[in-house]
Amino acid sequence: MIRLNNIHKSYEMGNNSLHVLKGIDLHIEQGDFVSIMGSSGSGKSTLLNILGMLDNYDTGTYHLAGNLIANMSEKKSAQLRNEMVGFVFQSFNLISFKNAMENVALPLYYKGVPRKKRNQIAMEYLEKLGLKEWASHMPNEMSGGQKQRVAIARALISKPKIILADEPTGALDSATSYEVMNILKEINQEGITVIIVTHEHDIAAMTSQIIRLNDGLIHEIIRNGELKKFQKEFIHGLEPA
Amino acid sequence: MRSFMTAFGVFWGIFMLIIMSGAGKALENGVLDGVRAFATNSAFFWTERTSVAHAGFQRGRRWEYDNTDIQYIRENVKDVEYLSPRLFGWQQSGNNTIRGERTGSFQMYGDYPDYFKIDRWTPIKGRLINEIDILGNRKVCNIGERVVEVMFAKDENPIGQYLKISGVYFQVVGVIHAETQINIGGGKKEETIIIPFSTMQRAYNYGNVVHFFSVTSQKGTKVSDLEDKLKRILKDRHKIAQEDLQAIGSFNIEKEFVKFSSLFLGIQALTWIVGIGTLLAGVIGVSNIMLVIIKERTQEIGIQRAIGATPAVIIKHIVAESVFLTVMAGYIGLSLGVGVLEILNRILELGGEKLFFRNPHVSLAMGLSSLAVLVLAGIVAGLIPAQRAISIKPIDAIRDEV
Repeated sequence: MIRLNNIHKSYEMGNNSLHVLKGIDLHIEQGDFVSIMGSSGSGKSTLLNILGMLDNYDTGTYHLAGNLIANMSEKKSAQLRNEMVGFVFQSFNLISFKNAMENVALPLYYKGVPRKKRNQIAMEYLEKLGLKEWASHMPNEMSGGQKQRVAIARALISKPKIILADEPTGALDSATSYEVMNILKEINQEGITVIIVTHEHDIAAMTSQIIRLNDGLIHEIIRNGELKKFQKEFIHGLEPA
Repeated sequence: MRSFMTAFGVFWGIFMLIIMSGAGKALENGVLDGVRAFATNSAFFWTERTSVAHAGFQRGRRWEYDNTDIQYIRENVKDVEYLSPRLFGWQQSGNNTIRGERTGSFQMYGDYPDYFKIDRWTPIKGRLINEIDILGNRKVCNIGERVVEVMFAKDENPIGQYLKISGVYFQVVGVIHAETQINIGGGKKEETIIIPFSTMQRAYNYGNVVHFFSVTSQKGTKVSDLEDKLKRILKDRHKIAQEDLQAIGSFNIEKEFVKFSSLFLGIQALTWIVGIGTLLAGVIGVSNIMLVIIKERTQEIGIQRAIGATPAVIIKHIVAESVFLTVMAGYIGLSLGVGVLEILNRILELGGEKLFFRNPHVSLAMGLSSLAVLVLAGIVAGLIPAQRAISIKPIDAIRDEV
């Protein structure tokens, strides 16, 4: 599904060049539930942006569903994003002057789906996330958890293959965080690859694979069996949730 | 609110453009209305003292055209379309017109019927003087509207009545109205009495003298060329040096028209330059405010792009907003400008006076072209900020606030 090969990325900061990713090799299968962890500055957000085609990489190769993602025009990458990827952000990033339903329907607008149809689909997704009654509310009238659920609905509406979530629980309290994580888990169980960036161990522990970044390199990948140990180490009192 | 304050610049620009253009047009209407009915291919000739000694004559000689000149031109100069000699009744000044107890002082001219084709007059009552009047040396006259007012009671029909003009009785055959404001020989056109040229020569003892004549050129001949040609002929016939530039006085409507036209062209050009300049200032304002708006919406634009909006969609939105803003402001300016002109027009019409400032309006073409300019300006004003908006990477845009 996702295949990264020796990805390098550096940012020009004035005269200094900041080498953020120093050769990432990564392979994520369809249906994986992956979290990317790392201290700040380790390049996890940059990696996510590259995965989401929001940013270019300098050298290496990135294959997404068999397509080489390199030097794409803005138009092409926008279309691919629209088809393949759904984004969930830490700060929700809903559009403030549109109500919940319109926010959810927005990706379909860019696909050229007529208004009636896209609003109907948006309602279905809101219902799925238990927000049917909130459809006509504006983002500032909703709680953080609700906003994030709207954002997830928006990410799902274009039926993406991958959900990329940048600190999806970063602005939420722990109860709501688990709620959101459960939703993401459900999504994952429907076969969609979910990749989240987080620095919270308990959140990461709920995924099936943890990629730890350190200083622009993959430090370790913990999966399956090893994850059990990891979970034991970091999850105390997770079970009730 | 902020956007609308900015859009005021555009509004003002288009408003000024419309007002100035309308005012320019009004001036043009006022001036050209006075000359429009005049044949544009006409030229006029009179005599002045000579300024060069020639063929034994001293300089400063007075001279006059006569009937043989007219006949010669008629027979030999084929470029002439209409030719109308004229006599001025200068000698008959004072209260020259008498009818019973009524007296009046009017301009009298002896003219050929061709004259009415050069400087257009229309009969309100009766008829114009015709060839038969000329051939028969009839004592008939055409009179202006003011003459009727002075010489006749309100309910009287002047046609068929007699006026004693400088001692000779003339029958009124027509009341005539001048279509132009230019009056050769001075005075007001409403206070004019026109009698047949031939009658005037005989009745007032002018012999075969011609004071003045008007010509129009045939189609395809420039009246300026004809003017020069006739001057050469006349100088030869009257023993005047060809290099004498003063002896023949002449006036050529075509030249005056060109002068007027270029004057109004200049006014129009100035209007557009100032108008477009003001508009440009407004457009720059709009462009500026769009930049601010985009700065504020950076994050929003970033999100839109992250969830699949292509740059084209973003540009379209921004440009659409900018065009909407400019066109709205412009449209208000346009309507208000036209409204003000309309009110001005009403006021001028109420005044009733024939001013040199008449019927201010803007043409549909003007309105449409300024609307086109507005749309174009809106697009330009939107494009730069739009370009700026998509040059920011989506991630940077999203992270902006995080």
